[in-house]
Amino acid sequence: MHKEKTIVKVGIADLNMVSAPDVIRTSGLGSCVGVVIYNLNKQIAGMAHVMLPDSSLGKQATLNEYKYADTAIDILVDKLCQQGIRKSQLQAKLAGGAQMFQINNSSNDLMRIGKRNIEAVLSKLNEHNIPVISSDVGGNFGRTIEFDPQNGQLKIRTITKGEEII
Amino acid sequence: MNYEQLSLIQLDALKEIGNIGAGNAATSMSKLIQKKVDMVVPSIDIVAFDEVMDLVGGADNLIVSILFEIQGDAPGMVYLLFSAEEAESLVKQMTRNNAISLFSAEKDNEIAFSALGEAGNILAGSYLSALSDFTNINMQPSVPHISIDMAGAILTVGLLQVSEVTDYAIIINTKINDEAANHQGVNGQLLLLPSPESFANIFEALGIQDYA
Repeated sequence: MHKEKTIVKVGIADLNMVSAPDVIRTSGLGSCVGVVIYNLNKQIAGMAHVMLPDSSLGKQATLNEYKYADTAIDILVDKLCQQGIRKSQLQAKLAGGAQMFQINNSSNDLMRIGKRNIEAVLSKLNEHNIPVISSDVGGNFGRTIEFDPQNGQLKIRTITKGEEII
Repeated sequence: MNYEQLSLIQLDALKEIGNIGAGNAATSMSKLIQKKVDMVVPSIDIVAFDEVMDLVGGADNLIVSILFEIQGDAPGMVYLLFSAEEAESLVKQMTRNNAISLFSAEKDNEIAFSALGEAGNILAGSYLSALSDFTNINMQPSVPHISIDMAGAILTVGLLQVSEVTDYAIIINTKINDEAANHQGVNGQLLLLPSPESFANIFEALGIQDYA
């Protein structure tokens, strides 16, 4: 009997773990970045839906650590290492970081947050020496992504540009 | 900003703001499409980010959105949202041209977008000017920014301003409906997302800052 494949969901500013045969999904990424860190031998992956680049931006008393690139990636790496995977055996894929509205004259730095999210994720992965196998970032459109830890495929669905697998 | 500390009076005031704004916007909409329009009594939703997407049919759902930044003494954002069919119908009625479409690759697509932006200007303008008159706070809409995409991707833009401070958003949510068509005509949704620092200014203007 095959185990029924279920879809693990990741909300905004959220993270979650998955192991085969289940898949993991997050919906409606705009300027947010979806980061997947995985190990194909153990067929385990973690996904974070990062909203802001840096936890030092936070003005909250209790920080939601899943919201920021730096803290969320640290947690993902920790959770994977707890499963008995060495850091050097981890790989990553990412998608998102779009700029949904072309607001140029805005003094509001948050309009360009997509680009800053991508940079923050890449630099944090680099700090952990985790190689980025593939990515689909930037542009001005939303993405829904689904990762399958069995084969390492990241499926990206968009409204205007169809579906692709990276 | 601790949203749980808002008093009933303050929440009611926010609801009344939505009410006044939407009434004005509904009148403008009615003139625009030359039909009777009614509105749903607005709600104040204090919701987690994921629940924001549920207000508009889920993060994956395709929506037609016109975004305005609010400039002035109570900054924030206003979204005017339509389904694809509703936006098409609005554009067709405004231009009196049934062949026109937001989704065609033809040249008329440009006219459709321009009409949609103009509808946004009129509706958001009348919404905000009513708010501004009622509170005596200076609020100006920016130029319209149109995006047709997934609800999650679009609404996150408005949540960013809040997200540095909290994981909840206060949304003043209003619907205006084309009365005759029984949900098949032009139904729009107006979402007002004040910046966290704006609430104090709004409450002070209304003289209820101490009613927390």
